[in-house]
Amino acid sequence: MRRSQLSRRALIGAGAAAGGLALAGCDRLTASPSFQKFISGGQDLTFHAQRLLLAGQPLAREFPRSMLSRVFKSNGTSMPGGDDYKALLDGGFAAWRLVVEGLVARPSQFSLADLRAMPARTQITRHDCVEGWSCIGEWTGTPLGHLLRIVGLSPRARYIVLRCADDLDNSLDGSGLYYESIDLFDAFHPQTILAYAMNGHALDPAHGAPLRLRVERQLGYKQAKYVMRIQAVDRMDKIQGGKGGYWEDRGYEWYAGI
Amino acid sequence: MSAEDALPVAAAPRPRRRQARREVIYRHSVLVRITHWVNVVAAALLLMSGLQILNAHPRLYWGADGADADRPWLEIVALNPDSDRPSGVLRVAGRQIRATGLLGVSKAKDGSWSDVAFPRWATLPGVRDLATGRRWHFFLAWVFVINGLIYPASGLAGGHFRRDLVPTGRQLRPASIVKDIVDHIRLAHPVGEEAKRYNVLQKFAYLAVVFVLLPLMVLTGLTMSPGIDAVAPFLLNVLGGRQSARSIHFITADLIVLFVLVHVVEVFIAGVFNEIGSMITGRYTIRTGKGS
Repeated sequence: MRRSQLSRRALIGAGAAAGGLALAGCDRLTASPSFQKFISGGQDLTFHAQRLLLAGQPLAREFPRSMLSRVFKSNGTSMPGGDDYKALLDGGFAAWRLVVEGLVARPSQFSLADLRAMPARTQITRHDCVEGWSCIGEWTGTPLGHLLRIVGLSPRARYIVLRCADDLDNSLDGSGLYYESIDLFDAFHPQTILAYAMNGHALDPAHGAPLRLRVERQLGYKQAKYVMRIQAVDRMDKIQGGKGGYWEDRGYEWYAGI
Repeated sequence: MSAEDALPVAAAPRPRRRQARREVIYRHSVLVRITHWVNVVAAALLLMSGLQILNAHPRLYWGADGADADRPWLEIVALNPDSDRPSGVLRVAGRQIRATGLLGVSKAKDGSWSDVAFPRWATLPGVRDLATGRRWHFFLAWVFVINGLIYPASGLAGGHFRRDLVPTGRQLRPASIVKDIVDHIRLAHPVGEEAKRYNVLQKFAYLAVVFVLLPLMVLTGLTMSPGIDAVAPFLLNVLGGRQSARSIHFITADLIVLFVLVHVVEVFIAGVFNEIGSMITGRYTIRTGKGS
């Protein structure tokens, strides 16, 4: 057996080819839908691994009041446009009703007073934006699981879709209206609440008045603000862009536990 | 190349007339070689997709939380981004370092200024696209973790760590360590029997990377996941909170980049073709004589 000899030329050629592939090739690969699907396999693996680890439904960490963020950053919309929202805000959301519909036994509407009269949960949790920053806030609201038991979820229901009042694209046809969705695993988690108060005060418009979702083991874009309507569905492909959320329709992952 | 290069692998070193003698040893097992190159690709692309993610919020904090209103210990900012002459600045621990063209603002392909923290050539993808950067990063993280589990499994089973990476008693003597440091400064590389094993500084460097930096990279990455935080809240205690974990993730990545730079420079000094060749074929040529 002879020692394999690597010629200088071959080595430099291989190095240059590898470097070139890394720099130019990755962007080209990124543009290919089938390759996108392939690397999305990493996210599927993450989702299933986390669901396995979270099977015991542990709580997200809760913090003492002393750790509340001095300023809780408002991201995305801080004031929904349009006359409808303005009228609701001016009226102190007295006319606002949360519509719960879809695959439920008793489609219902709830006022803020109705929600406040229900059992409430208060939690001080960390909000992690997909961009990288974190803020700690105190949230008070109705456990989503409680509400779903009131309306009687159909056995066919698999996802809870939250339709919102803010339109990030200012679209005329409503295609830019914010929405989000979670599955029943997260919907019935004790820390998943519809929050109407933050840091001891009624929710302000910058943070989602009158009602926002808190689903504490996922990133910020899942915490839908300005919730108007809740739909129980068995599939999401016919809703808006079909990916289960405003940002999901724009390339972000539906499961935002990482 | 001289005739000695054609020496058979299995042959014992024969006495030679000339002083420059060579011996070919089998240095890297096939698993070490494969995991090494998979790691090269994964780590490089993890770095680039990581910079894409960092570009979404190029500010680092200590503690549990941190956002725009909080004081970062490190931030990259673009000053006057909309003017004809924007400038890029790295602020770290109270110092301000001008880095126009590299950090804060850099020239796009068409020559226009673009206010991104890290330049487009350093990020994956090359355009601002956090969603795709995350998809790449988490895909590569799985490749990196699986590859990183195969390597120590094979290293422990095959005795690679004990045989090649754990310093011997003799190597740990102060005089020996000092000699190694002096040799490194003089860029003097060992020959003969000494060249058959890693020196003590090499061993420390490899052990630190394999058992400290790379695992720390994974743990700090996991600590940034709100899902994992619910499963393993002790990670938050150990690392000092999510934003601290994010900072340590960045610092550890920098240390790995530093290691790679030194590693590559050393490869060039020690003989680039012999070194890279040995990580491909496994076979490494050492000089056994002093004359060459």
